[in-house]
Amino acid sequence: MADLESSLIPFFAWLVSLVAVPAIILLGRKPDAREGVTFFAAIVKFSLVLLMLPLIREGKILYFSFGEIIEGIPIEFRVDGLGILFAIVASSLWILTSLYALGYMRSLKEHDQTRFFACFALSLSATIGVAFAGNLLTLYIFYEILSLSTYPLVTHHGDKEARSGGRTYLSHLLGTSVAFVLPAMIYCYWKKGGDINFTDGSLLTTNIDSGAGLILLLAFTFGFAKNGLMPFHSWLPNAMVAPTPVSALLHAVAVVKVGVFCVIRVFTGVFGIDLLRDLNVAVVVSWIAAFTVITSSLIALTQDNLKRRLAFSTIGQLSYIILGVSLLTSLGVTGSILHVAMHAFGKITLFFCAGAIYVTMHKKYVSELVGIGRKMPITMTAFAIGSLSVIGLPFTGGLVSKWYLVMGTVDLGADGTVDSGKIALLVIFLVSSILNACYFLPIVYRAFFCRPEESLYEGGRQEAPLACLIPLCITALLSVISFFNPSLFIELAGLIIK
Amino acid sequence: MTDHLPILLLLSPLFGALVCVLFGKGNSKNAWIVSMISLGISSILSVFLLLKVLSIKAGDIRYRMGGWDPSSGYEVGIELRIDILAALIVLAVTLVGFINTIYSKTRVPAEVGEKGPFFYALIQLLIVGLCGIIMTNDAFNLYVLIEITSLTSYALIAMGNRRAALSSFNYVIMGTIGASFYLLGVGYLYIKTGTLNIDDIHTYLENENLWTSQSIIVAFILIMLGVWTKMALFPLHGWLPNAYSYAPSMTGTFMAPLMTKVMVYVMIRVMLWLFGADFVYSEDSVWSELIVWMSVVAIVAGSFLALARNDIKKMLTYLIIAEVGYMVGGAWLNSLTGQAGAFYHILSDAAMTFCLFIAASIVIIRTGESRLNAFDGLFRKMPLTMIGFTIGGLSMIGLPPTCGFFSKWYLISGGIESGHWEFVVALLFSSLINAVIFFKIFERAYFGKIKGIKEEVSVADIDMIPAEGIKSVPASMLIPLFISALSVLILGIMNKNLFSWISNALKMING
Repeated sequence: MADLESSLIPFFAWLVSLVAVPAIILLGRKPDAREGVTFFAAIVKFSLVLLMLPLIREGKILYFSFGEIIEGIPIEFRVDGLGILFAIVASSLWILTSLYALGYMRSLKEHDQTRFFACFALSLSATIGVAFAGNLLTLYIFYEILSLSTYPLVTHHGDKEARSGGRTYLSHLLGTSVAFVLPAMIYCYWKKGGDINFTDGSLLTTNIDSGAGLILLLAFTFGFAKNGLMPFHSWLPNAMVAPTPVSALLHAVAVVKVGVFCVIRVFTGVFGIDLLRDLNVAVVVSWIAAFTVITSSLIALTQDNLKRRLAFSTIGQLSYIILGVSLLTSLGVTGSILHVAMHAFGKITLFFCAGAIYVTMHKKYVSELVGIGRKMPITMTAFAIGSLSVIGLPFTGGLVSKWYLVMGTVDLGADGTVDSGKIALLVIFLVSSILNACYFLPIVYRAFFCRPEESLYEGGRQEAPLACLIPLCITALLSVISFFNPSLFIELAGLIIK
Repeated sequence: MTDHLPILLLLSPLFGALVCVLFGKGNSKNAWIVSMISLGISSILSVFLLLKVLSIKAGDIRYRMGGWDPSSGYEVGIELRIDILAALIVLAVTLVGFINTIYSKTRVPAEVGEKGPFFYALIQLLIVGLCGIIMTNDAFNLYVLIEITSLTSYALIAMGNRRAALSSFNYVIMGTIGASFYLLGVGYLYIKTGTLNIDDIHTYLENENLWTSQSIIVAFILIMLGVWTKMALFPLHGWLPNAYSYAPSMTGTFMAPLMTKVMVYVMIRVMLWLFGADFVYSEDSVWSELIVWMSVVAIVAGSFLALARNDIKKMLTYLIIAEVGYMVGGAWLNSLTGQAGAFYHILSDAAMTFCLFIAASIVIIRTGESRLNAFDGLFRKMPLTMIGFTIGGLSMIGLPPTCGFFSKWYLISGGIESGHWEFVVALLFSSLINAVIFFKIFERAYFGKIKGIKEEVSVADIDMIPAEGIKSVPASMLIPLFISALSVLILGIMNKNLFSWISNALKMING
C-alpha cells in the first residue's frame, strides 16, 4: 500500500481555475485582462500539477479532505498515478487550448466570450476534481458539475441546432448518471457498509455474486455515459455544434476522458482487477466496447462533416480504452491508461486543425478539403500527424498505446485471465485500425495530392492566425514526442497496476 | 422560563392573531409588524427549544398543559411532547412562517387589500395549529388542531382569485372527510383503551396485546386514510393542485412547503409511537408491501402529471404530490435509513418547495403569465430570481450538493436495504422526469426571447394579480428567496449531523 500524505497542493490545483471564474466574469469588459486571467490560472494549475509529480513518482498518494458529508464518506482528493496522468494531460492542454480559443473566438468575433471563458475555467476545475477524486461520491459530484458547466459551452450559439444538441447532451449525460451511477454507488456504499474510497484495492468484498456484479458493472459503465459507449453515445456527435475549442479540449480530452477515466477507476478501484477476474463478467463489457469500436468507425466513414467524423472516431477510440481495461490483463490496463494520454494529443490536434480550417476558409465538410494542403500546409501536416497517431502508426504516440492494447489482448488466457475470443478481439483491433486509416488518410491524401484542376483552392498560402497555429503545432509535436519518450506515462500507469 | 418554551411558542402567534384582528383596523402595515414580531419570537423560541432538546441526551421534553397529569387516572390533561424530530419540524414551520411574512409585505396589500389583517391573523392561527399538531401527545387534541389548521387554510385559500372559492370548497369537502376518518379511528382507539394520550394508548395496546383486535386494525386503517387524505397521497390528492395554485401567492408559498409535510410527520408519529414498529411492519400483514407500492404509484403518477402541466404552479403542486410519495414510501420501507430519509426529506422538501414557490410566484407576478412561457429569457432579465429557482430545481432533480440529493441518497439506501427495488426505480424515474421538467424551464429562461409585457390578461391567467412588469423585484421578495435557496444548500451540507440526530431519535422508538 502506498503511503498517504496530506497535502494542500491538490486542493489549490483544483481551486485555481475555480477562482478564475469570478475574475473572468468581473473582467468581462476587458478582454485582454480576462484572457490574462485564463492563462495565469492555466499556467499556475499546470505548475501545481507538475509540483505533485515527483511525489507521486515516489509512490506517495497525496490527499486532501473537505470533511465528511455523509457518514463515512468524505469529500476527498486522493492523487495517485492515474489521477496525476490525467491531470497533466488536461491541464497542459488547457494552456494550449486557451491560446487557441483566443485566436479562434476573436477571429470569428464570437458573442458572449466572457461566459465562454468562465464556463471553460469552471469545467476544467470539475475535470481536475474528477481526476483527483478519492471516492465515488466525490467523483460523482464533480462528474455532474462537469456536465452542467459544459452545457452553456455546447449550446454557445443559442440557435435551434445548438439547443437540440444541448438537450441531447444533458439528457444523455445527466440521465444515465442519475439512473445508473447513483443507485450503483449507493449499492456499493450499502454493501461495503461505510466508506467508498478507491485506494483500498477492491471496494466490494468477494461476497458479491456474478449476476449482481455484472449488473453493477454495467450500471457503472453505461452510467458514465461520457465514455461514449454505445448505445448512449449520440450526445457526442450532437455536441459538435459547440465552438471548436470546446470540441477540442472538452470533447476530445476533458469530458470524454473523464468518462473513460471513471470506468478505469471503477475497474481498478471499485471492483479491483482480481475480483473482476474471479467474477468473469468483464467480458460482456469487452464485447460491447468491441461492437462500439467497429460500428462507430463504420459510421465515421459516412460522415462528411469533419467534426462529426472526428466525433465518431473519438467514440471508437474511447471504446479502445474501455476494451483495454476490460481485458483485465496488466498490459491491457496499461495500454488503456496510455491511450488516455496518447489519444488526447492526437485528437486535440485534429480538432485544432478542423477549427483552423474553419476560421481561415470557413469550410467544415470533408468534401471541401480537396487541395487544401497547398493552401494551409502547416495545418494539414499537423492533421496528418494527428491522423497517424489516432490510427496508431509510427512515429506517433498512438502506436505505443495500441501496441500495449494488442499485447494485452495477446496475453488473454495467461496471467489468470480467461481466454475468451482472443483471436476475434485481435481481428477487431486490426479491422478497426484499417477503418481508422480509411476515414483519415483520404482526407490527408486529397489535401496534398490532387491534380491542379481538382483543387478547390487557389492562390498562395493562407494559414490560420498564429494563436491557432502555434497550439496545433505543439500538440502535433507532443504526439511525436510521446512516441519517442513514453516512459513517464508508462511509469505512472504502472503505479496503478502493482 | 425555559420549562414553558413549548407553550410560549404557541401563545406568541395566538396572541399575535388576536392583536391583528382587534387592532389591525384594516391596516395591513400594522398587522404585518405584529406578525413579524410574534413569529420572530416563535422562531427564536423554537431555536431554543431545539437546543434544549439537543442538550438532553436520549429523551424528550414533556409539558403538561395547565399542570394536569395525563397519567393520573383522569385522562383529561393534554400533554405536549417534544423530541428532536418535533423540534426540527417546529423550527421549520416557524421559520418558514417568519420568512413568508417578510415575503407577504408587499403582496398582502396587492392581493387581498382590505382583508390584510385577517390574512395575518389566519396565517398565525395556522402556525399555532401546525406547531400544536407537531408537539401534542394527545390523539384527540391532534384532531382538534388538524381542524384548526384546516379551517384557517380554507379561509386563506378562499381569499385568492375567483377560482379559489371553488377549489377551497373542494378542499373543505375532502379535508372534512379526511378529518372525520381520523376522528373515527381515534374513537375506536378510545373505546378500546379508554385513553387519548398517545403513549398511554401504545402501552395499553402492548400490555393487553390487542394487536390482532379487529377494531384496532380498523382504527389503524381509518387513521391512515384520514392522514393520507390530508397529505394528498395519490389518488387522494384531488383537492391539492387547485387549492394551492389559486390561493393568494403568499398563502401558496406558506402552505405548499408545510401542510403536506406536517401530515407526513403525523403519519410517522401514528405509525411508530401510537401503534409501534412491531405492529406496523408486522410480517403477518402486507401493509408495508402494499403501501410502498402505493407510494411508487404516487411518485410515478405525480411526476407524469407534473410533466403534463403547462401552468407553473400546477406543475409544482403535482411535484409535491410525487414528493409525498417519496416520504410515505420511505416511512413504510421498514428500514431505519428509509424512515430517517423520509424524515430528512420532510425538511429538505419544505426548503426546496418554499424556494420554488417563492421564485415561481415572483415570476408569475412580474410577467403576468402563469404558464411556462413566463420563463422565456428570464436569466437575463431577472438573474437573481432565476438563480434561486435554479437552486430549487436542481434540488428537486437531486443534484449534489443540494439537500434533494442527500434525501434521495438516504431514501434509495433505505430502498436497497429493505429490498424494495421498485421504490428505488420510482425515485430514479422521478428524478429523471424532474430533470426534464426543470431543464425545459432552464432552457426557456436561458435561450428564450423576452416578450413584451402583455396588456390584456386572458382567462387562463391569474386574473386578480395584474402583471407588474419585469422590473427589479423588491427586497421583501428577494430576501425570502435567498434565505430559502441558501437553506436548500445548508440542509444539504449539514445532512450528516441532521441525519444522525434523526436516526438516533428514531432508533429509540424502533427499539
